[in-house]
Amino acid sequence: MLGLNKKDTSLLVAVALLVALAPIILNPFPEGSALAQFNAGYPDLMQRFVIFGIFAVGFNILFGLTGYLSFGHAAFLGAGSYAGVWMLKLLTINVIPAILISTVVAGLFSILIGYISLRRSGIYFSILTLAFAQMSFALAASVLTPITGGETGLQTALDDPRILDGANTTGNIPAPSLFGMEMSDSLQVNVAGWLWTFNVGYYLAGVILLIAFYVAIRIFRSPFGLMLRAIKSNQQRLTYTGLNTRPYMLACFVISGMYAGLAGGLMVAMDPLAGAERMQWTASGEVVLMTILGGIGTLIGPVLGAGLIKYFENIFSKINSNLLHEWFAFLPDGLEDFVVAIIYPFIGKGWHLTLGLMFMAVIIFLPGGLVELGQKIARKMSGKSDDKQTKSTE
Amino acid sequence: MSKLDLTRRGVIKSGAVAGAGLALPTIFTASSAAAYVNEPTGSTVTLGFNVPQTGPYADEGADELRAYMLAVEHLNGEGDGGMLNTFSSKALKGNGILGKKVEYVTGDTQTKPDAARASARSMIEKDGAVMITGGSSSGVAVAVQALCQEAGIIFMAGLTHSNDTTGKDKKANGFRHFFNSYMSGAALAPILADRYGKDRKAYHLTADYNWGYTTEEAVRTSTEAMGWETVAAVKTPLAQTDFSSYVAPVLNSGADVLVLNHYGGNMVNSLTSAVQFGLRAAQANGKNFEIVVPLYSRLMAKGAGKNVAGIFGSTNWHWSLENVAGARYAGTNAFVKSFGEKYGFPPSQAAHTTYCQTLLYADACERAGTFNPCGVGQALEGFEFDGLGNGPTLYRAEDHQCFKDVLVVKGNENPTSDFDLLEIVDVTPAAAVTYDASIFGGELGSCNPGA
Repeated sequence: MLGLNKKDTSLLVAVALLVALAPIILNPFPEGSALAQFNAGYPDLMQRFVIFGIFAVGFNILFGLTGYLSFGHAAFLGAGSYAGVWMLKLLTINVIPAILISTVVAGLFSILIGYISLRRSGIYFSILTLAFAQMSFALAASVLTPITGGETGLQTALDDPRILDGANTTGNIPAPSLFGMEMSDSLQVNVAGWLWTFNVGYYLAGVILLIAFYVAIRIFRSPFGLMLRAIKSNQQRLTYTGLNTRPYMLACFVISGMYAGLAGGLMVAMDPLAGAERMQWTASGEVVLMTILGGIGTLIGPVLGAGLIKYFENIFSKINSNLLHEWFAFLPDGLEDFVVAIIYPFIGKGWHLTLGLMFMAVIIFLPGGLVELGQKIARKMSGKSDDKQTKSTE
Repeated sequence: MSKLDLTRRGVIKSGAVAGAGLALPTIFTASSAAAYVNEPTGSTVTLGFNVPQTGPYADEGADELRAYMLAVEHLNGEGDGGMLNTFSSKALKGNGILGKKVEYVTGDTQTKPDAARASARSMIEKDGAVMITGGSSSGVAVAVQALCQEAGIIFMAGLTHSNDTTGKDKKANGFRHFFNSYMSGAALAPILADRYGKDRKAYHLTADYNWGYTTEEAVRTSTEAMGWETVAAVKTPLAQTDFSSYVAPVLNSGADVLVLNHYGGNMVNSLTSAVQFGLRAAQANGKNFEIVVPLYSRLMAKGAGKNVAGIFGSTNWHWSLENVAGARYAGTNAFVKSFGEKYGFPPSQAAHTTYCQTLLYADACERAGTFNPCGVGQALEGFEFDGLGNGPTLYRAEDHQCFKDVLVVKGNENPTSDFDLLEIVDVTPAAAVTYDASIFGGELGSCNPGA
């Protein structure tokens, strides 16, 4: 189907099902129950899952296929975000131009950075991209304040021109929308205690994730993708055969940058604010973590990694000592305090610590990331040895 | 993917589930029948405390959170009641808000607008918070305020000192109790002119972001009006930790006052640098060289240690205020007492402003008789109150900014304890720091109940 083989088709269908049913799957616990804390099926987090999924899939096209580790991908995410907000401010509150232009702007920006950075490989390439990203961050945070809003960030305002929209009479800043459907509009369905939220913005981002995912599969399977893998395995040999790898690398870098820009555009479409810290090196590092955690060079891995990190950031960081005491209230007093004292460093503000420990565990025991974990389980279940190994990789 | 198994039992089961789903859906979209977003229907009401728990302002965030928990205790009628006893409005009865027990959720802003908004959105969408409060950076406050405006939630700003929060970026759903850069400048300038003379030459080092700009501008404008001259204003990166290269040229620039528009760790480092370069002991233009820090906090003074001795600055509130300046500032001692009993040390100004904000919100709900953001906003607009430690205070309707006396402080020369680091020099009356609401531009817009 769609030029994909059977395995890839089923992978795409599986991802499509996951995206479509996420509001139900991510809310496994009934509303009001003690475990509802761990539900992730609310619009903001689901949007983040798919948007960072797109970001990580794009990053993986560069890192997974060519082995070039870019430490500056956040710069494209940020550039896309700023372009997106400007479209929402100047053109129209409809999100379509914002998403398109942010992808284009990030693409142009990555041509510039890629052209310079790709003259080097390995660690030098990483450092160059890191330098460019930090430079963009510093520029956005101070010198370019008229364009970027500086530290406060760029947001929509009441007196923006929005030349394609009619005059605004509501006295409130319009919310980003798709032909009248606001991104924050949701349909809430309450079934026997479970609350499912079907959000417009989430499904828009979800559809775009599927398109992005499909394109990524096609790139992975194309002769172009094969060439990129050849670069990863031995660039020198390729050069000796008389082949110029630079155009391939640049194309790959730009595609990857456009994915990041697309993610940035979607982010501002869901929440019309772009801040400079979106370009900081920590944001670049985050997408590296997502990719490694999920599985480098696999198709589905980065999406899973993105989901896991965002889950930790949003769910674990919100557990406070008060909640812990509630959960363990059934224990005798002294024991309760003891248990809470043990767990407390790992939740709330300690979520980085938990994530770090998990990251170490994955690197040590599952170098192939979550995808490897899935494969191991699948192999155990089916009892077969390793004919399934390539199921969702490569 | 597995094969599709159709059995009679399976079909009936899934049919029943689907039927139940269609039969009893309570469907409400953003534009449906509920009067406002997250209307509390049970016996509890949830507030969202969004503070930095990690990052450069984590100390302030931790103190804010302590104050929030104390405020919730007092609202629910536990503890000794703190400032509820001194607050001029008597609408709060210690039985929660409007009879509903107050519960709270917490989140980590990481002092990043993005993370702060993510955390606030999850509080609104997942936990059903009816009010968001917190933040200890103006960038975060402005970002979260805009989000709350969009979502139809009240935002009670925490520690944010930039003019923009209630100036250029003010919003109908956002309210600020803390003072701002303009007020700092207006309060400091007369004292500085009095102590240091009217013919000074100032050199500014300014943190390179929004808050730094507005503070520098406020201090420049008000000191220049007194006759001072500004020799140079140099911007320093926010992430800078070593300021020696910025401090070195100061002494030979012809200036005789150094103004450090820095906050938190920045200020601690730049001040230490300046002292190490011998600026305090130096002479310039035949006068003693002086250093000024426009925004002071006790936590910063603690970080800078002995270096702060004798250095002037302004602050929103200090725990010794009632003892020093008298009963006009009633509430201070009550708050310090209950905070001290619970945590073992006096509260910072960040803790004070967030505690007040929580009480003010709860009180506004009681007086309005509803949690509806529009009703609460109306109750807060133009509200005059007393007994929250700052003396008589006005919540101005035009920009949702509180107007109250501003404290001019200096680093204590002989501190008697770890907390006795600032000495109150003077209290500038609210009238002297009041400005026209329109000078910073921006529009409030209209209140948004979200539904």
